[in-house]
Amino acid sequence: MEQMLRAQNVRFRYDPEQPVWALDGVTMDVKKGEFVAVLGANGCGKSTLAKHFNAILLPEEGTVLVEDMDTRTEEKLYDIRQKVGMVFQNPDNQIVATVVEEDVAFAPENLGVPTEEIRTRVDEAMKMAGIYEKRKAAPHKLSGGQKQRVAIAGVLAMRPDCIVLDEATAMLDPKGRRQVMQTIDKLRAAGVTIVSITHYMEEAARADRVLVMSGGRIVMEGTPQEIFAQTGRLHSYHLDVPQAAELRDALEAEGLPAPKQIITPDAAADWLFELLK
Amino acid sequence: MLRDITIGQHFPGDSIVHNCDPRLKLVATIGYVVVLYACGNAVGVALSILLLLALYAIAKVPVKLILKSLKPIVPIIAFTGIINLLFYPGETPLVSFWIFNIYPEGITFAVLMAVRILALIAGTSLLTYTTSPTVLTDAIENLLRPLSKIHVPVHEFAIIMTIALRFIPTLVDETEKIMNAQKARGAQLDTGKLGQRLKALVPILIPLFISAFRRADELAMAMECRCYRGGAGRTQLKVLKFGKNDFLCLGFCVVTFGIILATRWVFPVIG
Amino acid sequence: MSDIIRVEHLSYVYNPGMPDETKALDDVSFAIQEGDFVGVIGSTGSGKSTLISHFNGLNRPTSGKIFVDGRDMWAQGEDLRSFRFLVGLVFQYPEYQLFEETCAKDIAFGPKNMGLDDAEITRRVKEAAEFTGLDAALLERSPFELSGGQKRRVAIAGVMAMEPRILVLDEPAAGLDPEGRDTILSQIKAYHEKTGVTVVLVSHSMEDIAKYANRVLVMHHAKVAMYDTVENVFARAPELLELGLSVPQVTQIFLKLRQKGLDIPIDVYTVPYAVKVIRRLWQEKQRKGGGSNAS
Repeated sequence: MEQMLRAQNVRFRYDPEQPVWALDGVTMDVKKGEFVAVLGANGCGKSTLAKHFNAILLPEEGTVLVEDMDTRTEEKLYDIRQKVGMVFQNPDNQIVATVVEEDVAFAPENLGVPTEEIRTRVDEAMKMAGIYEKRKAAPHKLSGGQKQRVAIAGVLAMRPDCIVLDEATAMLDPKGRRQVMQTIDKLRAAGVTIVSITHYMEEAARADRVLVMSGGRIVMEGTPQEIFAQTGRLHSYHLDVPQAAELRDALEAEGLPAPKQIITPDAAADWLFELLK
Repeated sequence: MLRDITIGQHFPGDSIVHNCDPRLKLVATIGYVVVLYACGNAVGVALSILLLLALYAIAKVPVKLILKSLKPIVPIIAFTGIINLLFYPGETPLVSFWIFNIYPEGITFAVLMAVRILALIAGTSLLTYTTSPTVLTDAIENLLRPLSKIHVPVHEFAIIMTIALRFIPTLVDETEKIMNAQKARGAQLDTGKLGQRLKALVPILIPLFISAFRRADELAMAMECRCYRGGAGRTQLKVLKFGKNDFLCLGFCVVTFGIILATRWVFPVIG
Repeated sequence: MSDIIRVEHLSYVYNPGMPDETKALDDVSFAIQEGDFVGVIGSTGSGKSTLISHFNGLNRPTSGKIFVDGRDMWAQGEDLRSFRFLVGLVFQYPEYQLFEETCAKDIAFGPKNMGLDDAEITRRVKEAAEFTGLDAALLERSPFELSGGQKRRVAIAGVMAMEPRILVLDEPAAGLDPEGRDTILSQIKAYHEKTGVTVVLVSHSMEDIAKYANRVLVMHHAKVAMYDTVENVFARAPELLELGLSVPQVTQIFLKLRQKGLDIPIDVYTVPYAVKVIRRLWQEKQRKGGGSNAS
């Protein structure tokens, strides 16, 4: 499969005077159509990495490629930003306009898309994000989950190939989080590449691949099953496993033959049923 | 509470007043204010008010809202009324006390002034009630566009307006949250001497500023991510079109304003 | 034990008489006993935030009464501020309320407003910092230099330093990473155990509520839907799901097992308890010879 994003030996620090590297040699890639979750404790560098994917930050050493475009190529800046959309943590701080549809139109307006096409793009994006019914609403009257979907629609209106979610569900209640996750599922089905930076292990459990970051490096990589099988290692990076995996470990410690790949309630229930029926 | 502010609020609807071109509404509102003051006679002012009431009725804006928007300015009206009453010169005083003389002319003038201020506020409120702030900003940007030729930053002005409008409710909410948080820690915000009260604002203003700067930072980044690069080459989702209805409205305004203004030469001018 | 908070027929209406009038609380009555650790759950808009701001006198009830430590909060002649020192309220994202030059000064803001003397304030600041696991070296630093998690601790310490009889926290772990969540909540639990202070914890995380609370109050559509011990509330898992709430993952697993036809209890809400139940079932089955296990 083709690569969507590639980082090669990326090093970055916020203050070039200090020897503190926020990213300290990150090499990773994301294939087209893939859903990659990035986990890590606060300050591990995961948000810094996210901001490298659409040239908000540029590497001090190493390269970041979006398809085949080096993020340092200035002429390609807007092509890169159109290809890789970003959604941030605080939904309030990324909505510009006072009406939902006008906010969604912000990016195509900036890109100089003709008026008729903006309309099509905006409607399409709002339907995809599931906020079409709210198109005339004022953003501050919406719930957190709705606002975050407005932000997603605002990015989709650029017709990106990849969306990077930088802790996009961190400030949402469970309902809002569910809504955003459903939207992500829809985007996945439509072939959009997704990179999701999250603190929620349950969200990461749904990804194709999980990366774990610590101290500005990628320290673990694998399928969710592979990653959440290693509870001890995750703990050493100040991370957790979903409760289903916690139960699995606790049962294993009691001498029950709990298979390592159990990470979701469904899988746990299926196994326990076979065991106890 | 902060939430009680209704001036500048928008009440969506589907009347001809709502749907009329915002540029026309904006210009007409300015025209209305001019006519209101230029006609200078009781009949003219009465007609202006009738016109306004008719427009409110067409726009189906509840009377309760008009009253609510007028409430905060009552002290101002009362104050100017009293000043006019006391100091307006006339011929034969109606009442005299201490150093003041109140003349019948003063009474008419004071009443006329008060009514004009009320009509002014109610008239501009009608504009904001029936026009969303975004649309209004578009209208201002559109009307001022010729100025961008002489390097007036019209687009920048418009985007600042939009962002301000977008964030006012957010910051009002935030202020309330911070006030509650400090009250919960025993802060006293509404008692004490002026100095103490000003000092009591520090625990509210500092977090508010910090938060506003953080928001500005994050918003700027989000705008960059959405390819924002200033006004050059920008297109728009909604392009303002001056339609048939708008010409009719324009005609209506010209005629009614003309009639009101004409009263100046028919009835005695006051003040 | 005595009631520390008693709420009687409490109703609250936002924007009365306006088109957007909303009933945030509708005839709510319950009591919290001194020394309890009460978890409050409910979806956004269920009224739980309005409820806790009433504990602190930040909203005046449209009707009904609130008694704190037996005193009617809105009775004539009562000093509202004294209730705020009795009920410590930590809002969501409390780090956004920090404003002082140093962490110590910020923590001291509440105690200072109480009119305490300097020695007492210093003692309280130190103690509160300890309870929240804040390094003493950080106390003289500006709160704005700290990490998000540390700021959160400063803010919580600022309320603990008022030494309230009831500590109310609205989502104290929101937005923190998994370890940050666990640490802050365990510290609150330890504080509760050590001081005996009543704690009211609002959270969206059922796992957290199950782990720390001993009673659970479920709000739904401005009313109290359930108020009972943790076991009894999570035993009603299907009802919770119907209210649009979730249940801990272990409870979900047990619900699924029951749906599949296993005869097991569903009041299981923590991992250790789940392990106990499963171990027992497994041992029973092994004793019987495990005949039906074809795989």
